Amino acid sequence: MSKDQQSEVEVVPVRHVGQWVGAAVVLVAIAMVVHTLFSKVPLQSGLNKCVTTAGKRVCHPILIWRFQWNTVGQYLFSSEVLRGVILTLELTAVAMVIGIVLGVIIAVMRLSSNRLLAAPAWVYTWFFRGTPVYVQLFFWFNIGLLYKRFTLGVPFLHVTFFSTSTNVITGVWAAILGLGLNEAAYMSEIARAGIISVDEGQTEAATSLGMTKGQTLRLVVLPQAMRVIIPPTGNEVISMLKTTSLAASIAVIELFGAVQNIWANNFKTLSLIVVACLWYLFMTTVMSIGQFYIERHFARGALRSPPMTPIQRLRKDLRTLGGRARNTRVTS
Amino acid sequence: MSTMVEARGVTKAYGHVPVLRGVDLVVSQGEVTCLIGPSGSGKSTFLRCINHLEKHDAGELRVEGELVGYRLQNGKLYEQSDKQICGERANIGMVFQRFNLFQHLTVLDNLTIGQMKVKGVKEDVAVKSARELLARVGLDAKERNYPAQLSGGQQQRVAIARALAMEPRLMLFDEPTSALDPELVGEVLDVMRDLAKSGMTMIVVTHEMGFAREVANSVYFLDQGIIEESGTPAEVLGNPRTERLRNFLSKVL
Repeated sequence: MSKDQQSEVEVVPVRHVGQWVGAAVVLVAIAMVVHTLFSKVPLQSGLNKCVTTAGKRVCHPILIWRFQWNTVGQYLFSSEVLRGVILTLELTAVAMVIGIVLGVIIAVMRLSSNRLLAAPAWVYTWFFRGTPVYVQLFFWFNIGLLYKRFTLGVPFLHVTFFSTSTNVITGVWAAILGLGLNEAAYMSEIARAGIISVDEGQTEAATSLGMTKGQTLRLVVLPQAMRVIIPPTGNEVISMLKTTSLAASIAVIELFGAVQNIWANNFKTLSLIVVACLWYLFMTTVMSIGQFYIERHFARGALRSPPMTPIQRLRKDLRTLGGRARNTRVTS
Repeated sequence: MSTMVEARGVTKAYGHVPVLRGVDLVVSQGEVTCLIGPSGSGKSTFLRCINHLEKHDAGELRVEGELVGYRLQNGKLYEQSDKQICGERANIGMVFQRFNLFQHLTVLDNLTIGQMKVKGVKEDVAVKSARELLARVGLDAKERNYPAQLSGGQQQRVAIARALAMEPRLMLFDEPTSALDPELVGEVLDVMRDLAKSGMTMIVVTHEMGFAREVANSVYFLDQGIIEESGTPAEVLGNPRTERLRNFLSKVL
């Protein structure tokens, strides 16, 4: 900018004093968190390490990381923990598949004009949302107390195709059933909201083209409902990943169960809690990134231009930065 | 000329509110029929009865001689299954006031989905006919766009092309220009005019009296669920006999 342009009229922006104070408080808080995360404390009071150099004895306390980072590092990639991580992911995936499939079916039942279909769907949601998932896990784990055998046959007639002892319900199966069936109740509400959000005109247009009800639902309504269904479903997946830790209490050695087993032997409780937290954080972060791209995919057609990916935004920022740098070079 | 649509004493009520109170109407093949009337007169409801989007309560409604939604056997009317009605609907194209294009599909996919999923047409054949239709409505450059990226007039032209893709024998238009900005009405009416010239049988619910006068073979005036007047555009629009129609025309012209 040239001198005479500057001398025209100066613009004085408003000073946001409150923002500066707030920023200062936040900075101090961040400094405190970082400090406590990476500070060292004496291993045990009165326990000193003494060194004699040149006839002089110097003693100082033995210091260790407050968060025991070296122990964390030692267990972070241990095979027991990794096996737990894999089981956690497997439980999450299977329970979510059950939850989503069953949830959509229940949502469609709920929206049916047939009362005999709508009412059971309502009762299902009422029951599974009304009892804690932790309690439900114990119910499935102890189902053997209620039924001795699982039988597939014709109801009320003595025809049996397949029968097995309920002993097959191990902790993992109880966790899959408990988490999946409970999730279906929540997913059904999410799917129902999504289906209702699609304009009725879409159904009419599909019907007028000669599509059956099933085709209309599959080809027209559900794909558009996805835009509304995906974001809360992403939250459900992330929530499920963490909820699987409850299965540790019914003898499932998923991530949290694995670290509990380890600390039961070596009493390094805190380090192992940190190990679990780091893994959960890593997995939820990856999922959040995936969620962004899936949401973007299903928003097609709903928005005139899809939101930029972080990479695109970074590129644009760099481009404007570069542009600004070039401009200043030209004017100077 | 053979009869395409025939209605005899068609009635329909929403709860206790009568919407249609005995509508009689005959449309011959290749004819353009306009339904006019004040809002709430039952025009749209009647149109939607023709492809069974709404069920009529009583009376006879035949398309190409076949009862809509029912089968007559031994003096009884048997309601048809969802599948059977779907087959009949595929032969009747419908264009809506709010376009109702499938928002999640591109323009091209909007035109091919019905052909492929309802009529089982192969993809390459469906795409070919879809492109021809888009060229016909002047939108061949937009096939990769999503509906939200088009203007209202363009969306309605795509909607007409989508209905035509099913190769219908009858086209129903439910106030096709009412949701459009005034400057976009012309482009949609042009497409409809061309369609009429090509010999398509059309039933059009409209407030465009100019279009009715120019294109229609017959005009029906509905009021409070009853056909008050009908005849050629010149008779109905040029020489209204009832007070109600005179009143209505004085408001819309």
